[in-house]
Amino acid sequence: MREPLISVRDLRVQFHTYAGVVNALNGVSFDLYPGEVFGLVGETGCGKSVTGLALLQLIPPPGEIVGGQILYCGQDLRTLPPAQMRSLRGGKIAMVFQDPAAALNPVFTVGEQMEMVIRQHRRVSRRDARRQAAEMLRAVGMPDPLRILNAYPHELSGGMQQRVMIAIALSSGAEVLVADEPTTALDVTIQAQILDLLVSLKKERGIAILLITHNLGVVAETCDRVGVLYAGSVMEMGPTTAIFREMKHPYTQGLLAAIPHAERRGRFLSAIPGSVPSGLQIPPGCPFHPRCAFAWDECRNEIPSLLPVDEGHWVACHLYGRGRR
Amino acid sequence: MNALLQARQLTKHFSLGGGWWHRRLTVRALEWVDLDIYPGETLGVVGESGCGKTTLGRCLIRLIEPTFGEVFFRGENLLKLDRATLRQRRREFQMVFQNPYLSLDPRMNVLDLVEEPLRAHTDLRGRALADRVTELLERVGLAREHLYRYPHEFSGGQLQRIAIARALALNPVFVVLDEPTSALDVSVQAQILNLLKELQVELGLTYLFISHDLSVVQYISDRIAVMYLGRIVELGTAEQIFSNARHPYTQALLSSTPLPDPQARRSRIILPGDVPSPLNPPPGCSFHPRCFQALPVCATDEPRLIDVGDNHFVACHRVR
Ligand SMILES: Nc1ncnc2c1ncn2[C@@H]1O[C@H](COP(=O)(O)OP(=O)(O)O)[C@@H](O)[C@H]1O
Ligand SMILES: Nc1ncnc2c1ncn2[C@@H]1O[C@H](COP(=O)(O)OP(=O)(O)O)[C@@H](O)[C@H]1O
Ligand SMILES: [Mg+2]
Ligand SMILES: [Mg+2]
Repeated sequence: MREPLISVRDLRVQFHTYAGVVNALNGVSFDLYPGEVFGLVGETGCGKSVTGLALLQLIPPPGEIVGGQILYCGQDLRTLPPAQMRSLRGGKIAMVFQDPAAALNPVFTVGEQMEMVIRQHRRVSRRDARRQAAEMLRAVGMPDPLRILNAYPHELSGGMQQRVMIAIALSSGAEVLVADEPTTALDVTIQAQILDLLVSLKKERGIAILLITHNLGVVAETCDRVGVLYAGSVMEMGPTTAIFREMKHPYTQGLLAAIPHAERRGRFLSAIPGSVPSGLQIPPGCPFHPRCAFAWDECRNEIPSLLPVDEGHWVACHLYGRGRR
Repeated sequence: MNALLQARQLTKHFSLGGGWWHRRLTVRALEWVDLDIYPGETLGVVGESGCGKTTLGRCLIRLIEPTFGEVFFRGENLLKLDRATLRQRRREFQMVFQNPYLSLDPRMNVLDLVEEPLRAHTDLRGRALADRVTELLERVGLAREHLYRYPHEFSGGQLQRIAIARALALNPVFVVLDEPTSALDVSVQAQILNLLKELQVELGLTYLFISHDLSVVQYISDRIAVMYLGRIVELGTAEQIFSNARHPYTQALLSSTPLPDPQARRSRIILPGDVPSPLNPPPGCSFHPRCFQALPVCATDEPRLIDVGDNHFVACHRVR
């Protein structure tokens, strides 16, 4: 049996705002294995980014992790001393964001930034660091690494900036890459290049990737396993084919049925009524019950737990509760 | 069938910079576009950011002045109209934008927002005006209780409903929908797409549906125009574009668009490089530096949009 690289257990995150307490994550659990892309998918505000930030212990105030564990190599990252956490972050665990321009430092060249990262994590000369940086740029498919090393971030397109971010993650020797909507700001032909790159990193270097996205097409084409988030809870989790072919949760079913594509031409889409609840007012019981066509009393009062329905396929829905399958 | 709207050689260049110490730069946003739009159809416009979709939509209804070319609406040249007649015609065209947070005035409540076009362009007042507003709101799925609320109290999907109600207030015939669902989540996008379809049938509307998302465009459109660097590179029925795409760019776009089906693994065409800048488009076919099928002629001669059969138009030297 493979060991997970990261295990998230019952993670709870709150933001204390003037308007009240925002329950951003309400007990999220999942495992991330080496050499897999695990997709975290869901609609705006469901807690995808907060999950990614929590993994790196980067929840900004007024937010805080109020419960649960994040185990990496058997250690709970929540109890790790800040200095150790800092070297892990941007080292073994790296992150890329939707907006690479904001993550890169505008006053240093790409080469200077990569050298700094490399020399933070390894004792090498500047010349060696630069050589490694060029190698990493080549590894992420940059056509002309030497030119890119001397370029400033603003001289690069969004797609190239994202490649640089990924190269920086590689040069620090990352085992885990948290990618939060890495292609959302890119055009689709460029998105295809970046997704291809992520999949090759997984295959060739065994990197574990947590791919955060709202795009179900991206999930279907790149992820090995998927977790579907709704209002800070995992509603369904399993192998990508199971989620897309034998989805069990009414929310997953609704989400997939709502996607427009060529084969649905001429028909109305089946839309989910209503809209996503705010983190300030998460409905009691199953958070999806006000929008669910199958909801009954139990759904309004009791939070369903995530239970297995098949090998590696988990669902949090009273329709599939104990003794009902 | 007679076209409702015809664009001929429609061209829009923007000048940037200027001043005596700078060379003036020209953004070739729209180049020589010929397009017919038929009554009651949805014409989808798809292409990557900066390819000129919004500029096309705005030039068609003369929200901005084209640099060159003509637009005919029911045979009448829109670009030759005087101000008074143009104001009259304007009621027949409307535009819905991507971001309702920006397109709706945050200081106006729903009643004011929907009333505004009616007050400006019609004689409706008092009871008749109030009735029309309620009718419009109900038509887009909002209730009377929403009348006195302000934009910040609504979700993105509801705001887009308000924007649609405003656009429909004057009974337009042609509506430019510029990425109307791009800021919405998929479950809400489905609600809005359904609403747009219903309204089209009920009110006999003609749509120009602009999106960077090929899946959405394929779902909603009768015909599709694919744009690249200010030009239409392929134009055909949704069926022709989906199952018989002839332009290499359309083929790449189709194969790069992720499908929500893990078993639909296609041999993906990954285009190299980035979209060139419209400040300095490549000579010949502007797609040739990224094209996987380029011929020597593509670097020098610009391909014309030609009919390859059944009103399926392609601009490519490979396609004859
Ligand atoms: N800095 C913050 N202050 C207050 N609430 C926040 C903050 N960041 C996130 N949230 C809340 O946490 C929830 C999850 O947000 P997020 O993880 O960003 O969602 P998404 O799935 O869109 O990435 C939302 O309800 C959001 O409003
Ligand atoms: N007002 C403007 N001034 C200068 N350039 C503009 C202006 N509007 C659009 N452009 C440029 O024209 C090109 C086409 O833009 P646009 O029509 O908005 O593309 P799309 O809607 O397909 O993303 C882009 O390069 C854009 O930067
Ligand atoms: Mg997010
Ligand atoms: Mg646009």
